[in-house]
Amino acid sequence: MSARLRSLALHAVLVVVGVIAVGPLYWLFTSSLKTNSDIYTFPLVWWPSTLHWENFAEAWHAAPFGRFYVNSIVVTVVGTVLKVANAVLTAYAFVFLRFPFKRVLFMVVLGAMMVPGHVTLLPNYLTVSQLGWINTYQGIIIPGAASAFGTFLLRQHMLTLPGEVFDAARMDGAGHLRVLRSVVLPLSRPMLVTVTIVTLVAEWNDYIWPRIVTNTDTMRTLPVGLLMLKAQEGYVNWGAVMAATTFVVLPVLVVFFLAQRYVVAGLTQGAVKG
Amino acid sequence: MVVRDSAVRDLPAGSVPARPVGEPGRRVEARARRARRIREYLLFAAFVAPNFLLLAVFSYWPVLYNAYLSLTDWNMISPVINVVGLENYRDMFTGEFPEVLLNTAIFVGAVVGGSMVLGLAVAVLLNQRLRGRGLGRTMVFAPHVLSGAAIGVVWVFIFDPNYGLSRAFFELLGRSSPAWLTDSNWAMPALIIVYLWKNAGFSAIVYLAGLQNMPKDLYESAALDGAGAWRLFRSITLPLLSPVTFFLLVTSIISSFQAFDVIAAMTDGGPGNATTILSWYLYEKAFTDFQAGPAAAGAIVMFLILLAVTVLQTRYLERKVHYR
Repeated sequence: MSARLRSLALHAVLVVVGVIAVGPLYWLFTSSLKTNSDIYTFPLVWWPSTLHWENFAEAWHAAPFGRFYVNSIVVTVVGTVLKVANAVLTAYAFVFLRFPFKRVLFMVVLGAMMVPGHVTLLPNYLTVSQLGWINTYQGIIIPGAASAFGTFLLRQHMLTLPGEVFDAARMDGAGHLRVLRSVVLPLSRPMLVTVTIVTLVAEWNDYIWPRIVTNTDTMRTLPVGLLMLKAQEGYVNWGAVMAATTFVVLPVLVVFFLAQRYVVAGLTQGAVKG
Repeated sequence: MVVRDSAVRDLPAGSVPARPVGEPGRRVEARARRARRIREYLLFAAFVAPNFLLLAVFSYWPVLYNAYLSLTDWNMISPVINVVGLENYRDMFTGEFPEVLLNTAIFVGAVVGGSMVLGLAVAVLLNQRLRGRGLGRTMVFAPHVLSGAAIGVVWVFIFDPNYGLSRAFFELLGRSSPAWLTDSNWAMPALIIVYLWKNAGFSAIVYLAGLQNMPKDLYESAALDGAGAWRLFRSITLPLLSPVTFFLLVTSIISSFQAFDVIAAMTDGGPGNATTILSWYLYEKAFTDFQAGPAAAGAIVMFLILLAVTVLQTRYLERKVHYR
């Protein structure tokens, strides 16, 4: 096979792969703008005959999506802040502070990664209801606010920081909190951004835990609310359902395109460097 | 004086460097040093306490709590909890549990194997000098970051036998589309397709990073020796990728065992039990049937399987896998 032909074939395969990867998303976005007559017809309509933005209004009123948005934002932002704060403080302590049996204690942190989240659902539900936290933000947020993997990543990173910078700052009489804020955090920025963005995405997408600990409309997050709509009405009005789905997907997609480098780095971390 | 030096370095903000020499001075210094160390211990404790407390309550305690609940027949309401011993585990050999385990094995096997093979193929493709491969990378990874609940909803529409993409696709083959989600033979394949679509991009990007770390010189000398492309791939690329393969194997097993949101969007474990895998079973037992015992026993089974996978992997990695 000549080099030209080979390159042509490879490009063709790349196009096919790309279409498979984003085709469903194309279908989602175009369908969210279709009228029912564009949807319930065959052959399929590949581009809406008119852009039917009313689907979004309809979806917005079919369920309290405004409320879902607020809930999702609160849960995602507060959850991420707490988790990252835990990761930063724990990593800093393990790298820069003295304490007996640090090694063993660190194994305790790592060991928590061996417990799959799904296994903790029932006991955590019972704990949270014992605390009276069903249907509350703290009920959704707190059980996931600890950080094992983030701590691990940040610790690995902090271990690579040059000790002299740290020593110099301490010599100037800076306390640990100041060293953390003005020396260690700025130097850990890429890793910090990575951990933060990956946590944001995970919290936003989290489905099962918020579903279990909430039972009223007013406390649902977006993914939970979306599937509740399905449970109530079934998949009838596809245009509006696709519009509602867009509510959930779009923010993450935007973050992904803006911060792709960090998302990819965070999610594939540990793979190659291992 | 070396000791003095390090002591000065550890001085907290605002304190005056130790200056007195001789016996009393040294004792003062020692006491100051001990005070500093204790302050550091306390600071360490303060920094890690929230994280440790949360990990203890919401990661470690659940394992013990599950182990206990798995020995009971609690209905999640009654104030009295009956211990029934190993009954819940014995019941696993009868009833629906064997079917659930089989479904889980099929699902995990297909998703893990499929996404790794597809991922490797896509990675090799993206590793060629192609125009638009940067964009390709982005597109391939995008499905992985999106909400499974939302993605599941999109695919329900795609699989719709009357108005979905599926009908157009099968029309090309001159057939009518199966009723994917309501047909117990097709529901599991549908679920596997969605998870493959969602996860293959992740494997691809991880493999791609591995491919880009390959030592060029090795290929050059092997090519000089007359090795063909397939030969190079089999005897150099694959062995060198084995750490990546192991990483992917373990992470995908762990994540696909816990697959849930797409199932909730698409099939609710049905029709019948056709797509009830272990993760869905645990949820249903606990939160629909209110049978804490079987739910907890199932959770322990899942925990042990995934623990074994992780341990095996660490063992295997230490011995077998090719490190450079």
